[in-house]
Amino acid sequence: MRKGIEVSIAASEAAKLARVEAIAAYPITPQTHIVEHLSDIVANGELDAVYVTVESEHSALSACIGTSAAGARTFTSTSAQGLELMHEILFIASGLRLPIVMAVANRALSSPLSIWNDHSDIMAARDTGWIQLFCENGQEVVDTIILAFKIAEDHRVLLPVMVNLDGFQLSHVVEPIEFPSQEEVDAFLPDYKPLYSLHPDRPLTMGAYATPELYTEAKYAQEQAIINSLPVIKEVLSDYSKRFGRKYHILETYNAEKSDTVFLAMGSINENIMTAIDKMKRQKKSCGLVKMRLFRPFPHSELAELLKKKKNIIVVDRAMPGGGMNGPVFNEISALCNKYDIKANLFNYVVGLGGRDVLPEDFISIFDEVKTRKRVNAPKGRKEVITHNYKVIGVRE
Amino acid sequence: MAKPMEEYKWQELKVGCVIEEVGSSREYKTGGWRSLKPVWDESKCIKCGLCWLYCPDAAIYQKEDGYFTANLDFCKGCGICAHECWPMAIKMVEDEK
Repeated sequence: MRKGIEVSIAASEAAKLARVEAIAAYPITPQTHIVEHLSDIVANGELDAVYVTVESEHSALSACIGTSAAGARTFTSTSAQGLELMHEILFIASGLRLPIVMAVANRALSSPLSIWNDHSDIMAARDTGWIQLFCENGQEVVDTIILAFKIAEDHRVLLPVMVNLDGFQLSHVVEPIEFPSQEEVDAFLPDYKPLYSLHPDRPLTMGAYATPELYTEAKYAQEQAIINSLPVIKEVLSDYSKRFGRKYHILETYNAEKSDTVFLAMGSINENIMTAIDKMKRQKKSCGLVKMRLFRPFPHSELAELLKKKKNIIVVDRAMPGGGMNGPVFNEISALCNKYDIKANLFNYVVGLGGRDVLPEDFISIFDEVKTRKRVNAPKGRKEVITHNYKVIGVRE
Repeated sequence: MAKPMEEYKWQELKVGCVIEEVGSSREYKTGGWRSLKPVWDESKCIKCGLCWLYCPDAAIYQKEDGYFTANLDFCKGCGICAHECWPMAIKMVEDEK
């Protein structure tokens, strides 16, 4: 069924289609409509779930850990300051291997206070051991929430998943969205069967402490789990594509095969880059785009395959490096190019902070600039390769 | 715990480090941190049980004769028992192991 609907409401409807059994969440702009609508449908009896109202995001995720440990399919949602307030609990959810799904409406972090979109929140939570998927539009949000449960609950994975959707740019827009039927979703996503769950009749210990003799092995085991989730993620995306007719991949490209210069970006900004690419086509400029739908686990060999023959790679970051050499996404790409010996010129642009609009024209300007930027800092023996430090687009000076 | 912690390989750990065996913390002896140990003078002890009540590690138990003593596998020598014992029957002494 296709209908015009606000993406936040659609995200809650997706959680309903996934038959979530427990929700604990705290409202924060721009995620508020997601939890409000979930609260409505639980109160109206449309969704048979426990809805725990809490006093903070720290408590929200803590309650989710409890319900998930008890074996319930658990959903939550947050944004920005809320995600950072959850921070210490994020590591506990992944360390305990609990398949919680969380929609994150990406937003800038204070200070200065901003409720608008960028990726500072998620980039500060990128190494928490959660699987991280990024959505480009409302349809992807609905599909990704449903399939995130399938990935998370697979016994070969058993890890929490964050579904990232850009605050306002996605959360507050009304889009035509195709909803799968309940029967189709039920067939795709059977009831959650926990490997371990808390029950008085079957006592066990979760969350015991580890001495120095054991902590390294415990973290190593967890790291292997997220690395080994990659084939399962691919399998689930392919199964979803087959059943529902919308094709999903961990990485997607637009005009990238034919171009030696590509943008690499995550989230809704990809739609603007595609518009820019179409405009450039008419100006006889060839540019491509590599979209990262999956950020954790980082799909390095698959990405290297797409980037290996490129001359210029322009990495779009949506967060300040905070004193680092470059943006967080760029650092990954830079490490990847080194590992796979990709001799491309690497450029890092930080764009769209705190809700600043980034227009297709901005990407055309970036493309033009890249073509003429002075070659500096070439590592010894790799004369053709340049890696500049990042540049922030649109700063008035 | 089926074997000492330092012998576990990462592959042998349960998902999320779950421990299926209940009460296994008893096998992990924590008394090695101790530098002092409590010693009871049974001529002063009135068997009131305050030491047993206050021990934060539940390391004190009552013997069959009604007097109390510490399980040195778990006693950390904090001295709370000696501090609380109002007939002054408990003395903390250097633990020479």
